[in-house]
Amino acid sequence: MKIHLFSQCLIDMFYPHVGMAGVQVLERLGCDITVPKKQVCCGQMFVNSGYNDAAKGAIKNTIEVFENAEYIVSMSGSCAFAIRDEYRHILADEPEWMARAAKVSERIYEFTEFIVNVLGVTDVGATFNDKVTYHKSCHVTRLMGIKEPPMKLLENIKGLEYLPMNRAEGCCGFGGTFTVKQPEISAVMTREKAMNIYNSGANVVAGGDQACLMNIEGMLDRLYKDGEIDRRIKVMHIAELLNSR
Amino acid sequence: MAILYDERPFKKRVEDVLANDFKVKAIQKAQDVFYAKRKALVDQVPEWEDFREEAAELRDHVLSNLDYYLNQFAENATKAGAKVHFAHTAEEANEYVMEVVRAKNAKMVVKGKTMVSEEISLNEALMKEGVEVNETDLAEFILQTADWNPPSHIVVPALHFARERIRETFHDKLGYEGTEDPEEMTRFVRKRIRDRFLRADIGFTGCNFAVAETGTITIVSNEGNGRMSSSMPKTMICLMGMERLVPDFAGLDIMMELLIRSSVGAKISNYFSMITGPAKPGEADGPEELHIIIIDNGRSNILGGEFNSMLRCIRCGACMNICPVYRHITGHAYGSIYPGPMGAVLTPLLVGYEKTGDLPYASTLCGECWEHCPVKIPLHELLLKHRVNIADKAHLRPAAEEAIFKTVATVFSNSFLFDYGTKLGAIGMKLMSKNGNMADWTKLLPVVGGWMKAKEMGTLKLKKFRDVYAEYEASKRK
Repeated sequence: MKIHLFSQCLIDMFYPHVGMAGVQVLERLGCDITVPKKQVCCGQMFVNSGYNDAAKGAIKNTIEVFENAEYIVSMSGSCAFAIRDEYRHILADEPEWMARAAKVSERIYEFTEFIVNVLGVTDVGATFNDKVTYHKSCHVTRLMGIKEPPMKLLENIKGLEYLPMNRAEGCCGFGGTFTVKQPEISAVMTREKAMNIYNSGANVVAGGDQACLMNIEGMLDRLYKDGEIDRRIKVMHIAELLNSR
Repeated sequence: MAILYDERPFKKRVEDVLANDFKVKAIQKAQDVFYAKRKALVDQVPEWEDFREEAAELRDHVLSNLDYYLNQFAENATKAGAKVHFAHTAEEANEYVMEVVRAKNAKMVVKGKTMVSEEISLNEALMKEGVEVNETDLAEFILQTADWNPPSHIVVPALHFARERIRETFHDKLGYEGTEDPEEMTRFVRKRIRDRFLRADIGFTGCNFAVAETGTITIVSNEGNGRMSSSMPKTMICLMGMERLVPDFAGLDIMMELLIRSSVGAKISNYFSMITGPAKPGEADGPEELHIIIIDNGRSNILGGEFNSMLRCIRCGACMNICPVYRHITGHAYGSIYPGPMGAVLTPLLVGYEKTGDLPYASTLCGECWEHCPVKIPLHELLLKHRVNIADKAHLRPAAEEAIFKTVATVFSNSFLFDYGTKLGAIGMKLMSKNGNMADWTKLLPVVGGWMKAKEMGTLKLKKFRDVYAEYEASKRK
C-alpha cells in the first residue's frame, strides 16, 4: 500500500526520531512510504487563533503536496482533524480549492486509525517492558471519535503493563496557541494532567498527538527537576512503543 | 447585577483567581462531584445520545418557528388569565416591572432564582425604586448577604463559597452564632426567609421552559423557594428569555430528562412547578395576578445567524461542570454572569466584542463542553467563529500578535522559507540552551518566556525529520 506521511511540524522540528518510528512501523506492515519534502504545516495553529486568511497559505501548500496521494497518514491527531474537517470551512469561498481540499480531506488518516481501521492490524508484533499510561488527546478521541484503535494496539504490545490514569481524556492545556497566549492557565492545567500521569504509577506516558506530548513532557521534566515528583516519567509517541522490539 | 460585573482586563481577573487557592479548590471539588454523579446517571441511559439528538432537533425546530410558538404561548397564557408582556430590551422589561410595582404599591419582594433578572439588572432597578429585594435561592441569598458577591456558576452561583466562608458571612452580616453545619445554617436562613415570603408584595421567578400549547410556565428548583415565590405573594412576575419555549408537554418531558441529569447529576429535582395562569376562583394557592415578561435583550439578533445554535441552551451548566479552563479560573475570571464555555460564547453576543474579546480565547477548544451539552451546541466551533470575527474580520487582537501570526504563516506555507527559518531558529536556540533544554533566563523572553516559566522546552533540531528520512532513504538504496 502506497502512503504519504504527514509528519507534523513539531515532529519535523523537535522529534525526528518519532517520525522515523512511524516510518518503520508502517514499513514493517508492508507500506510503501513517501515523505514529501515540501510539506510544512497543516495550518491548524492559525485557524485556531482566528486567522483563517493567514492560514490559507499553509493549507494550500499542504493540499498541493498531498492531493495526488492515495492514503495520507498523519502522525498527529489534531492535524488530521484540521485537514479532514476544517479545510472545507476555510476554503468555502474558493470552489476550485474546495474540490482539491476534498481529495486530501477524504484520504487523511490518523496514525492509529490507519493501522487498525484501514490495514486491519491490531498486533504489530511489538514488545515493550514497562508500565505505560495513555493520554487520550481531545482531537483524536472526541472530535474525530477515534477511541478504540490506540487501546487495541496497546493491548497487543507484549510486556506492556497498561495503567489507567484519572481523566485520561481531559485536555492537557496545550490548545494550540493557547499555551503561549494564556500561559498561566495552561500551566495549571498541564500540572494537573502531569500529576494524573504521575499518580497512575506509570513510568511512561504515551499519546498520539505530538503537541500534547511536547507540552506534557515540558511539565513532567520541570516537576522532576524541581523535585515535585520523585521519578522521571518518559513521554513517548505511540509509534515509538509500536516500534519497540 | 449587569451581564458584565468585572471589566478589568481578562489577564488581571485570571491572576486574581489563580492567587485564590481556596476559591479554585472549592470549584474543583464541586466539579469532581458533579462529574461523578452525572456520569453514573448518564451511563445508565443507553439512549442518551438519541435523547441529545432529539433535544437538539426540538430546540432547532422551536427556534425556526419561534414567532409561531411565542404567539401560541402568549395567546394560551392570556386565555388562562396571565398578563403577557414582550420586552425588547432590559430597560423595557424593568419599566414594565416598575409599572406593576407602582400599581401594587409594592415595598418588598421575594425572588426565586432567575438569570434573566441578573441580565437586565432588575435588583438594581428595584432598589433604585426603593423596594426591598430578597433573594430566596440559598446560594443567591448567600451572595446577597455577602454584599452582592458576583455569581461563579449559572446553576449554583455560590459554588466558590466553602462552608467556613458561608458561616463567617452569616456571622458578620446577620449575627449568626451557630456552627458551619450546612443543615444548621440552612435552618437559620429558612426561618429568616419564611417571614419574607409571607409579607412580600410581589414574587419573582424565572422560567425554565414555557409550554406553548397550554400557556404554562415551569420552574425547576431544589429548595422549594421557587414554589413559594410563585404561590405566596398575591402578585407574581415571571421573567423568561424569549427562546425558552417547548411546543407541548411531550417536548417538555424530553428537555426535563436532559436538564436535571446534565445540571446536577440527579434524576429529578426536588420541586417542579407548572403554572398555568393565576389562581382560579376557589383555588387556595397561587397569585391573584400573574405577569409574564418575555425578554429579547439581544436574542433576536442571534436568531438565524451563525450563532443560532447558542439559543438552544437550556442553562444546565453542564459545560462549566466539565470545562478544564473553568475548573482552574472559576466563573469569576470570565467577569460575566454567564461564565464557562456557554458564557464565553453568549456574553460577546449580548454585549459586543469590545469588552469581551478575550473570552472566546479562554478555551483550548477541547470539545468536552460540546460532548456534555444535552442539546449538542458545538460550543468549541462557536468559540472559533468568534475568534475569526475578532481576529480576521474586526482586527481587534493586538497589532503585534496579528503581525507575528501573519509572518509565521508565510514561513509555514513554504518549505524553503520554513527550512531556512527553522535552521536559524535551531542555531539561536542552541545559544539559548543548557544541556539540551532552554536555559533559565529565557523565562524573561516574550512568548517563549510564558512557556518557560512553567515548563521545560527542548531545542529545535538542526537536522529535521525530513532530513533524517532522506538520509534513511538514501542508505536503503545503496
